[in-house]
Amino acid sequence: MAHDTNPDRRRFLAGVVAAGAAGAVAPARAAEPQPRAPSALPPTMQIAAAETGTPTVTTSRIGGVPGSDFMVDVIKTLGIRYLPANCASSYRAIHESLINYGGNKMPEFLSCMHEESAVGMAHGYFKVAGKPLMTLCHGTVGLQHATMGIYNAWCDRVPVIVVGGNDMDAAHRPPGVPTFHSAQDINALVRDFTKWDDTPVSLAHFAQSFVRAYKIATTPPYGPVMISLDAGLQQEPVRDHGEKLAIPRYVPTAPPQGDSGAVKEAARLLAGAQNPVIVADRCARTADGVKLLVELAEALQARVIDQGGRMNFPRTHYLSAPPTAVSGADVILGLELSDFWATVNSYTDNGLNGGIGTNGIRIKEGTKLVSISSVELNTKANYQDFQRFQAVDVSMAADAEATLPALIEEVKRAGPNKAGLERRAAAAKKARAEGMARAREAAALGWDASPVSTARLCMETYAAIKSLDWSLVASEGNVSNWPARLWPIEKHHQWLGRSGGYGVGYGAPASVGAALANRDLGRFSVSIQSDGDLMYAPGVLWTAAKHKIPLLAVMHNNRAYHQEVMHVQRLSNFRDRVANTGGDLGPVGTSIMNPDIEYHKLAESMGWWAKGPIKDPKDLGPALKEAVKIVQAGQPALLNVWTQPR
Amino acid sequence: MNSIVIPSVARNLVLAVGMLIAPAAFAAGSAEKGKAAFVQHGCWQCHGYVGQGGITGPKLAPNPMPLEAMSAFVRNTRGAMPPYQKAILSDADLADIHAYLSSLPKGSDAKSIPLLNP
Repeated sequence: MAHDTNPDRRRFLAGVVAAGAAGAVAPARAAEPQPRAPSALPPTMQIAAAETGTPTVTTSRIGGVPGSDFMVDVIKTLGIRYLPANCASSYRAIHESLINYGGNKMPEFLSCMHEESAVGMAHGYFKVAGKPLMTLCHGTVGLQHATMGIYNAWCDRVPVIVVGGNDMDAAHRPPGVPTFHSAQDINALVRDFTKWDDTPVSLAHFAQSFVRAYKIATTPPYGPVMISLDAGLQQEPVRDHGEKLAIPRYVPTAPPQGDSGAVKEAARLLAGAQNPVIVADRCARTADGVKLLVELAEALQARVIDQGGRMNFPRTHYLSAPPTAVSGADVILGLELSDFWATVNSYTDNGLNGGIGTNGIRIKEGTKLVSISSVELNTKANYQDFQRFQAVDVSMAADAEATLPALIEEVKRAGPNKAGLERRAAAAKKARAEGMARAREAAALGWDASPVSTARLCMETYAAIKSLDWSLVASEGNVSNWPARLWPIEKHHQWLGRSGGYGVGYGAPASVGAALANRDLGRFSVSIQSDGDLMYAPGVLWTAAKHKIPLLAVMHNNRAYHQEVMHVQRLSNFRDRVANTGGDLGPVGTSIMNPDIEYHKLAESMGWWAKGPIKDPKDLGPALKEAVKIVQAGQPALLNVWTQPR
Repeated sequence: MNSIVIPSVARNLVLAVGMLIAPAAFAAGSAEKGKAAFVQHGCWQCHGYVGQGGITGPKLAPNPMPLEAMSAFVRNTRGAMPPYQKAILSDADLADIHAYLSSLPKGSDAKSIPLLNP
């Protein structure tokens, strides 16, 4: 810095020093002449403190109306029914307000034993109820536990409102553990896979943040949101800042619809096609979406491939088709596809091409591709859930379900060729009948094998529940898609899709959350529960028993992380090495055996009715009958079934 | 889903080529040894313990393809199934596995299983 020669500035600084000294101690040489006062007097220490310091009003965090009570008032305006969470001191104030001031209703606190379980429960609940839940967690260690569940929700386009406690005031927060559990910006951990986040610094700010978070999360494309909640803000009483605290009114945002010109062009292509095929992944957000898709498919007599992100299309409909149906298409309409590239291309992990595998094309040259996907409106950079890039001919950044009415109208207006409609209908009926026959023949193979075949597992389960209003709340661990192939899935709640991000550990908590929603609707919940998935956080079994959530969990216990069994075997073969199994069945590190986990005892210890291990397929049907009765009486039940690998 | 499937066209091509180049004869295998080898070499992983197949691999039994064709495929596959060279799966073990698959009885017909015909 250059030497300051400005005499005025020197005089000003001298004045500051003099004034400051005068305010602090008595003048040392009062008899000497006083320096001339500057034209603008600097602030005294008292004035500076009043303007920049902590207000002198009461600073006690105890007493008055707790700020967290107001937060509960905000939350209650949104009709959030449950709050699954693992308790944590960083949100103790709002915890206390929720259960005492709020009466533990709307939301009701559900005791969870892992933050990932809490998020998974909210994930599964939404897919039945269509309403989001919120969860609370430590903003640091708790959120670290929750992250995989949040990522699954992000990939699966499911809204979850995550609130993390965090004590931001480094000067006043307790030392030790609470400080280990504090961070400058807890939201940074999940910012790459949440739609929005905020850190409110006042109660008025919290009201806006929470309502905004809810609104953003529930606007398609849905997704999780994150709020950092300061411990001090929770604990401090409501203060009078001269403006009454207000809670913004929530008004749902209408989902984005496709551009009218693009809709017309899509309809023109589809109506003029010789063999249009529809592919749906997360198209049907609601039961209405299923009806709309049936209407569009029938208007075109187009076969529909349901990729199963949601229940989009009745499996019993003659236009329901397998993934291979894309091969004969001349126009393909993709509705909320998570991976358009893999829909029309193939990848084989065969070690060729320098080890990177082989890419192939599943469709005819010149096939026109149309995409309607709301996810295009909300793509982030870091995590690669957007998959490989696929060029298409018409692309709409819009919600598919909301766009279907306009598309159906335009297709009908375009008037598909009548002879073509009849030809396609006849071909589809024939193809479906043949496909079902092949599926049944395949299911019969190994029918009496021990361990139980996955086809037998699924069909025995279906036989036990078919007379009920059932909902398959999760099917984890890969049972060769038997439910999708053979169960007459027709209703939106009968199939809820999968985890989204393929983070293992989703099945158990999501099925409990979905079963909670089904309980309130009077439905019967059943899950195909895999072994590896359950062991990430089995404490959710206790949560189900604690809160009387009826659920039939039929285990697909193949005693391995079977996907990894095959991956390590593959690499061993590529390298001409015998896979080292270490005395287990699968390669070292992939088996869950020696000792075998007694899941039925694990479940029993946490308040479930349970039975197992069932190895003989003849024992499965009778055990299922017992278990169904238990679940109908309101208790969760688990059957530990030893199964074939896939 | 990270499914592993074998494209049928590629599989058939390998089989056809394999039939032409495969050795004329294999020693007769042992079904008992083959059952153990089927597990030891990981065949069960994609095809199931009784070769029933599933989403990750086609059915192998009952009525497996001829041993020569199976050998040609196993040694030369460029599909989703990783190849098994002689260094990790001997001809003798392969013949035993084939004998095991050949010994498996035909199960119930799908039409006779009530649960598959609701």
